[in-house]
Amino acid sequence: MTKNFIKPLTGASAVSEAMRQIDPDVVAAYPITPQTEIVMKFSQFVNDGKVNTEFVPVESEHSAMSACVGASAAGARAMTATASAGLALMWEILYVAASNRLPIVMPVVNRALSAPINIHCDHSDTMGARDSGWIQIYCESAQEAYDNVIAAVRIAEHEKILLPVMVCQDGFITSHAMERVDILEDEKVKKFAGELKLPFPLLDTDNPVTYGPLDLFDYYFEHKRQQSEAISHVFEVTDSIYKEFEKISGRKYNRVETYKIKDAETAIVALNSTIGTAKDVVDALREKGEKVGLLFPRMFRPFPAEEIAEKLSGLSAVAVLDRSETFSGTGGPMLADIKSALYEKESRPTILKYIYGLGGREINPAQIEQVFSDLKEVKKGKKVEQVVYLGVRE
Amino acid sequence: MSEKGWKELEIGGRITEAGNAAKYKTGDWRTFLPDVDREKCINCLQCYLYCPDMAIEAKADGTLGKIDLDYCKGCGICSNICPVKCIEMKKEEK
Amino acid sequence: MKLNIKEFPKIPERLGSGHRLCSGCGAPIVAKMVLMGTKDPVVVTNATGCLEVATTIFPYTAWKTPFIHSAFENSASTAAGVEAAYQSLKRQGKIKREIKILAIGGDGGTYDIGLQALSGALERGHDFVYLCYDNGAYMNTGVQRSGSTPRGSSTTTSPAGEAVPGKQQFPKDLTAICAAHKIPYVAQGAISNWKDLITKASKAFAVKGPAVLNVLSPCPPGWKHADDLAVEISDIAVNSKIWPLYEIENGQWRITYKPRDKKIRPVEDWIKMQGRFRHLTKKENHHIIEEIQQWADENWDRLERMEKATSSEGGSE
Repeated sequence: MTKNFIKPLTGASAVSEAMRQIDPDVVAAYPITPQTEIVMKFSQFVNDGKVNTEFVPVESEHSAMSACVGASAAGARAMTATASAGLALMWEILYVAASNRLPIVMPVVNRALSAPINIHCDHSDTMGARDSGWIQIYCESAQEAYDNVIAAVRIAEHEKILLPVMVCQDGFITSHAMERVDILEDEKVKKFAGELKLPFPLLDTDNPVTYGPLDLFDYYFEHKRQQSEAISHVFEVTDSIYKEFEKISGRKYNRVETYKIKDAETAIVALNSTIGTAKDVVDALREKGEKVGLLFPRMFRPFPAEEIAEKLSGLSAVAVLDRSETFSGTGGPMLADIKSALYEKESRPTILKYIYGLGGREINPAQIEQVFSDLKEVKKGKKVEQVVYLGVRE
Repeated sequence: MSEKGWKELEIGGRITEAGNAAKYKTGDWRTFLPDVDREKCINCLQCYLYCPDMAIEAKADGTLGKIDLDYCKGCGICSNICPVKCIEMKKEEK
Repeated sequence: MKLNIKEFPKIPERLGSGHRLCSGCGAPIVAKMVLMGTKDPVVVTNATGCLEVATTIFPYTAWKTPFIHSAFENSASTAAGVEAAYQSLKRQGKIKREIKILAIGGDGGTYDIGLQALSGALERGHDFVYLCYDNGAYMNTGVQRSGSTPRGSSTTTSPAGEAVPGKQQFPKDLTAICAAHKIPYVAQGAISNWKDLITKASKAFAVKGPAVLNVLSPCPPGWKHADDLAVEISDIAVNSKIWPLYEIENGQWRITYKPRDKKIRPVEDWIKMQGRFRHLTKKENHHIIEEIQQWADENWDRLERMEKATSSEGGSE
């Protein structure tokens, strides 16, 4: 029996390790930078006989997701992984997967969308897919990506949920940077993931089921209502699965992660690796006596609005850092959700709007410091209405 | 079938009752009705094989069974292909 | 293999009554005949299209066998996923029985939007059968031209107009495209020749690896012919050589039915049966009929050359 071990791994390799341990029945995938390393490593596991997986090296991401839909409906545990344009090509079938209630787990390595073509990190890919019916989990580090891919299998397959899950990490920044990753024992992961038992598999030919019928105005709405119901159970289910995961790993996860926010006056809200950068800045500013903190909506779909509002409402000013643009003219996608979460609260912080890091543009500690300094000005009464494009050349 | 609410329906639009379209009768689409002259019929079963609506029965003993008027849309393929011309399409009186 | 029609009622019926395809539609006949090609349980995947829509209107399904529709262009890749699941679960001992997988698409879902997914699935060698029921246009959306629409045909996106008399292009050769993947079995069939078609379906299900069946599927509203003509019109298509019956088995091309003497019909006979070609009977358009005849003859000649070149007796093209 293997033991827990610490291994230097990139975010992408950490995810392939998780996939090896989960040992899904089917993986259908297509190469795309910067996700490719996941598929490459996993293919090696397949050809070395380390997994039982039937690997389908499809001819496109559209077919990757389609094959996952077929495999999952057939009764198999199915996974794929993608990034950027690959996710965009899957778009149509993302909805099919969620609406057919198929618990597919998909690591996504966040990368900008074309055009111009760009291979580096931003969140325009998964932010665009945020309303497809998938659960979205965001990860700061390789460790978090590894852990959450394992947890995602259980969340997706829970009988109250039966929805697909994306587990997102930042392209190159996380996917290609080497970190210390604590890998669990194979047996522990296997036991945690458990045996898959999906209702009505296609391959149960004694009980023939029809998937994907024509659903008109008389029933379609009811099926959408069922999806909303499943989504309403995601928080309670995730909480209990994270607790269970903590028991086998010693690592604690929350739907909403915070850093030194308890007594904070101002805070930054951001996703993924930027949180790591910002933690150092918060530590430095705290040493200078500034009451600053961070909030990271690990789960972005469904959106933990109440919890976030609870944590932010008492603050004086909050900066929302979006790593994608909505082109709505009003700022990034996370901004809109944070603002609407706070609408019901009597006491609301002033909100500063930032868009940063598009196409992999660097976000550095100095910029984060600048944001905290802007927040300080706002706390003192300065008005800032417009969206700030952090790090763009004028 | 009464229209069920969302709590009663199987999730994901799955239909778990195989072949339940049989509850939907397509026979009322029909204008013409096949009339089989059983005396002339040679039980070749071509009509069974070609019926697009699976409305013509072939019995286990290999002879022609009944024509199920609940589903027959009256297309007339059976009449057209019958090698002994024993199926006549007649205007249906409704 | 000897086919006996009296045995067919013993094969479980996979597609039942109560579907809402048009009166006289060829598609359910194609599907039921192909499904008569195996006694094993079959999982069906179906591209968006007439057959899918009209057989599965919630809460009803006409299917008595496991069925999944996902989208328009992915019947083959959905089937690839089902097949991968089957292989994996079988290898792990979680499934014991033999199960067949049939992917279905119309010509729009096969020649056009689904061609990439089909090509990928054929190249990867999944053990499944792909069936194209080819009615030569996007019938489900109201008769638009597809890559399979015959030259001269009037469709709603290639209408017979004052300046342009219907579709200008000849159809692409899907059967040859599939054969170019060097898969174990590819065949073209028609419902008029049921023994030929069901034999081909049996072979397709029996081979290990991918097999493709391209079957002509008459469409009364799209082709504009009477409801009772699906079989007759298929028969004339076959005997006029506009829709030859042939197979490519492990690289060997073989014409499975060769119309002889009196049986041979000019393509004009086939064209005249269908309202979609009505404008071709005008004098100024008659040359199009001649071109179609020439196209059919050349295609037939090529098939005969391929048959000779690939026969086990040898020979070269």
